[in-house]
Amino acid sequence: MLDLTWLLIAVPLASAFVLILAGKRADAWGHWMGVAASATAFVVGFGAFLQMLGLDAESREHAVHLFTWISGGELTVDAGLLVDPLSISFVLLVTFVGTLIHIYSVAYMEHDPRRRIFFAYLNLFVASMLLLVLADSYLLLFVGWEGVGLASYLLIGFWNHKPEYATAANKAFIVNRIGDIGLIIAMGLLFANFGTLSFDEIFAEVGSVDTAQLTAIGLALLVAATGKSAQFPLQSWLGDAMAGPTPVSALIHAATMVTAGVYLIVRSGDIFALTETARVVVAAVGAITLIMGAIIGMAKDDIKKALAASTMSQIGYMMLAAGLGPIGYAFAIFHLVTHGFFKAGMFLGAGSVMHAMNDSVDMRRYGALRTAMVVTWVTFGLGWLAILGVPPFSGFWSKDKIIEAAFVGEGWQPWVFGLAALIGAGLTAFYMSRLFFMTFHGKARWTDDAHPHESPWLMTGPMIVLSVGSALLGWFLASGDRFTTWLEPVTGHAEEHDPVLAVPVIMTLTLLLVAVGVVVAWLKYGRADVPEEAPAPSLGVLVASNDFYQDSFNRAVLQRPGTHLTRTLVYADAAVVDGAVNGTGVGLLKLGEFLRKFQSGQVRRYSALILIAVAALIAGVVLGVL
Amino acid sequence: MSPIAFVYLATVLFGIGAAAVLTRRNAIIAFMGVELMLNAANLALVAFSRIHGEIDGQVMAFFVMVVAAAEVVVGLAIIIAVFRARQSISLDEPAELKG
Amino acid sequence: MISPILFWCVAFLTVVPALSLLFAKKAVHIAMAIVAVMVGLAVAYVALDAPFLGVVQIVVYTGAVMMLFLFVLMLVGVDQREEMKETLVGQRWIALFGAGGLVALLISVIADVTMEPAEDMTSGEPDAVAGLLFTDYVVIMEILGALLITAAVGALVLTHMPRLAPRRTQKEQQRDRVLAGANPVNKPMPGVYARHNALDVPALDPEGKPIEDSVSRVLEIRHQMDTATSYRADLNDPSKRVSDKPEHEATAETDSEKGEDK
Repeated sequence: MLDLTWLLIAVPLASAFVLILAGKRADAWGHWMGVAASATAFVVGFGAFLQMLGLDAESREHAVHLFTWISGGELTVDAGLLVDPLSISFVLLVTFVGTLIHIYSVAYMEHDPRRRIFFAYLNLFVASMLLLVLADSYLLLFVGWEGVGLASYLLIGFWNHKPEYATAANKAFIVNRIGDIGLIIAMGLLFANFGTLSFDEIFAEVGSVDTAQLTAIGLALLVAATGKSAQFPLQSWLGDAMAGPTPVSALIHAATMVTAGVYLIVRSGDIFALTETARVVVAAVGAITLIMGAIIGMAKDDIKKALAASTMSQIGYMMLAAGLGPIGYAFAIFHLVTHGFFKAGMFLGAGSVMHAMNDSVDMRRYGALRTAMVVTWVTFGLGWLAILGVPPFSGFWSKDKIIEAAFVGEGWQPWVFGLAALIGAGLTAFYMSRLFFMTFHGKARWTDDAHPHESPWLMTGPMIVLSVGSALLGWFLASGDRFTTWLEPVTGHAEEHDPVLAVPVIMTLTLLLVAVGVVVAWLKYGRADVPEEAPAPSLGVLVASNDFYQDSFNRAVLQRPGTHLTRTLVYADAAVVDGAVNGTGVGLLKLGEFLRKFQSGQVRRYSALILIAVAALIAGVVLGVL
Repeated sequence: MSPIAFVYLATVLFGIGAAAVLTRRNAIIAFMGVELMLNAANLALVAFSRIHGEIDGQVMAFFVMVVAAAEVVVGLAIIIAVFRARQSISLDEPAELKG
Repeated sequence: MISPILFWCVAFLTVVPALSLLFAKKAVHIAMAIVAVMVGLAVAYVALDAPFLGVVQIVVYTGAVMMLFLFVLMLVGVDQREEMKETLVGQRWIALFGAGGLVALLISVIADVTMEPAEDMTSGEPDAVAGLLFTDYVVIMEILGALLITAAVGALVLTHMPRLAPRRTQKEQQRDRVLAGANPVNKPMPGVYARHNALDVPALDPEGKPIEDSVSRVLEIRHQMDTATSYRADLNDPSKRVSDKPEHEATAETDSEKGEDK
């Protein structure tokens, strides 16, 4: 089964091509084919997982050579797959959650005339994501990296007949390009230093390279990761990316693609292990983003944007963990997996709510939906408890571990990162509870034409499965350190360190802050009436709801000078370069206009000219001029 | 009298032919002007042949005659074709080449 | 050497007719004048020790080329007159300046050089010219042969009028004629009248009316058509009666009638 892992990529990719090329005749069965392709990938992945479980921990790294991809001089790149515990974890997450979301989409997109295309894009995404995590070299990873970027772009702009949605897709694409440039620079540096782009060879020789070079590589990789994972300062696209259909938000912009940055950092762990500077920057970026995302999440009234802010914040946690080094890698991936479940579940819940509320996303017009949508309420509630970190739900096992790990270390770092993680937990509790209470509790503030109803079983089924995962997965994977042991061949064994505060203290503080957050949210949004129109915002809310004015900042600092620069260049181009070119043209034109007069069409004039010219030539020869 | 006199004569005939080509609108007359120019050149060739005492110049003149004959045949055929197309052999009328 | 009298005769014989190129109005006149020029040139060639070339000049130019010109002149209309008025602004002055300037230039150049004619010269007899033609210049000779053939073919191609539509068969012509409502059979012959068969008299139909179509249209246009009525009148007039009998009998009969009247 391990050697068949290429099927993981090939099946969804083939399905995507068939769906696009088959045209309308595939409309009737195309979506089920998409589901089947994703499910096949899951079965293959699960088979590979089982086979791997049967092996020793040492031999769990399996390389699948596919073909020699690029063979040119010093650069020879083989296209191969690297199947190890890390990649197989991702494979299981992507294919399992992906299949559930495929099933959900069958019902969610039922009335969309382009549902077949939607499934083609989803399959394309699954194939690209699997290629990304299974690649055995940075170059092949880059192919998958771009593939998920393309799928993300296509799906955000799926309803591109609305200009603002198309703009959102463009924004996501362009911001991601900045990250991609980081990855390209990183690849260039890697090739310059190692002469290869394959993971194995790079990690084997990583000790022999200058630390400054490694730091540069690490920072370039971080740029790539911030772009893909919507981390500060490239996070601005994620909120707008909610323009895509909700299943897309659940799969791509919550569970899988946005975590690719974390995967990249963890995968490159051997590089980061040797560069303290880059690691601290990664952790700092994570910490900033987790606080920032949480604050933005508190101010959003749009349910999807609030969840998107939450995603940013949670990935901030993962980044923070990844920046802590080997001690945090396993927890980063652990949190990534549990987050993939509960956040996808909550997005699907949000989709279910929108489905019931005429696609409205304004939480101020929700309220009291728990009676109308019991299944959604319960599944969403489980996800809510999971993200809060309430024991014994999933989030508790993964997030608390990160918080504890953040407190490990010396000097200022454990205090700053630990406190950031701790405060972030409290903020998370507040804004998620706010979202939960505004949506499901309080008084009904529905618009007149809204008739909430429970969604069909095709939608609720995946939500139930995911909520079960949200509830139990953390406990299952954490008991006996199953997951960390499983990942050890990749992340390396982390020495146990004691945090600067005692573990029980940290846990108590965390739970206390969470409780405070929930209570405040309940007082403000559960028990009290929520105004249907947003009240005049205070300065803090205004800043947060505008994503800290990052868009304005980008526009003022980056876009406007860029525009002026290009305008100047265009003007220079028009005046100088084009001027010279056009001047030549105009000059020749004038010359032609003058010479044209000699071309009268009168044969006798022509012969007269010839005669005079001959006479002049003879005269020239005779006079010795010529 | 030196044969050089015939060269002067050839020059005069050439000038008359050239002037005819430039002034006459009737294509056939202009064409006859061309013929006169060719014959003037021939006369000069023959005269120089005499001056040099070689008959190579005569052979050249002979070649010119042959080429002129070919040229006359084609030229007159063109004139006829033009006449068929526009019922006129005026040189001023076909001004399609006007730029 | 060359006799001055001969030269001046030749000069007069060539320049004066050549001037007709500039001043004569009728193309035919010019063509005839050019013939004279060609003859004059032939004389000059003979005088310049080129007898073969002189003969060729007569044969090719006066015999072939100029006759070809005349044929073409006949073809395009021999009586075409050209308005001598100049239509292009200043063209005459340009021509005068250009041609005159060129002549002056050339004459000045020629006058500048002194060339002593060779004392003796192999006369350009046919065998001497042929000796050169078929030895030193044989390749050029062959190429010229190809050129002449090409020119002949070119002239044929240029003057050939391509058939634009397929030839109409008799069957098609007849069908079109009938479709256009014409009489499907032949027109009646003229003059089929009891006692008369002149071409200029229309035939009569069974009712005795004349069939105008039976007479050639040419006669009708020329007003040379006669009518049946006048002949009928003649029939009724015994004095003009034409006898069916042979000439001599008819005369006799008339005589006898006259005799009876008397």
